[in-house]
Amino acid sequence: MSDATAWALIAGCAVVTFAIKAAGPVALGGRELPDWFGRVVALLAPALLSALIVTQAFADGEELAVGADTAGVAAAGAALWRGVPIVAAVLIAAGVTAALRAVA
Amino acid sequence: MSPARESFRRGVRLGFPFATAGLLVSASFGVLAVEAGMSAVQAIAMSAIVFAGSAQFAAISIVATGGTVAAAVGAAALMNSRFLPMGMALAPSLPGGAPLRAAQGQPIVDASWVMANLGDGRFDRHLLFGSTAPQYVTWLGGTALGALAGGALDAQALGLDAIFPAFFMGLLIPELRSRVNAAVALAAALVALSLIEVTPPGVPVLAASLVALWGLRR
Repeated sequence: MSDATAWALIAGCAVVTFAIKAAGPVALGGRELPDWFGRVVALLAPALLSALIVTQAFADGEELAVGADTAGVAAAGAALWRGVPIVAAVLIAAGVTAALRAVA
Repeated sequence: MSPARESFRRGVRLGFPFATAGLLVSASFGVLAVEAGMSAVQAIAMSAIVFAGSAQFAAISIVATGGTVAAAVGAAALMNSRFLPMGMALAPSLPGGAPLRAAQGQPIVDASWVMANLGDGRFDRHLLFGSTAPQYVTWLGGTALGALAGGALDAQALGLDAIFPAFFMGLLIPELRSRVNAAVALAAALVALSLIEVTPPGVPVLAASLVALWGLRR
């Protein structure tokens, strides 16, 4: 990409990220929210995290794809389930993915 | 020590493992950004002022595959759209007028938001700030490492693309202890999977967040 394209991309991403992160705190002010809000918020974390994982691990761009990275992420998940620290888990993910690509 | 200071320090300690993992994630971003045609300075600048992993990866990959800047910024906005409900959730726990509130929304990142969530709809904002601080430092450092070493590394061969989702797995697994959370995570995964091929990047994640509305019942 050209220099100008890269800077335009950076500026655009910076502006939208700032606006989105600021919007909730500014628009809602400090007012108390009803009970149901807390229950929805508590479920937001597992919903968002799980969607972020599958869209990264099961897709190449806009196509569904199961590959070496899918296996790497699954291995990391299994390790984390057994109590392995997160730093070790990301290394396992990269290691398994790299190993599978090396033999493929 | 004041309670605020104590929370901040606890946040820094809790943020440390994520900061270390984030070093690897951002290094993989640095490599991919340079592969996509950015200079090292641009990759580092992007991490410094955007500081939102999934948006940065999405934006880079779209421009790298021939997409326009507008499409890439749109995808970044969609990837970041999850920060909108997260910011709304945080809002009641923040003091101050509009400029201060806008500023306090900026340190929201996934790991810090999850850890600062007290579980009853309230948040420990000092813990959130503390946890984000080391993650910001390593995000810049990792990007610099990856961008400067970039040309010499093959991101695909090293499996660097698996690092980012594995990082999110580290946040998700502790959430799955409760049956409701596990069911919501599964449903969200199915929603996201079913939309990957039919909607632009970012939309599957945003749509999957609607599964959290399950909390409305009762």
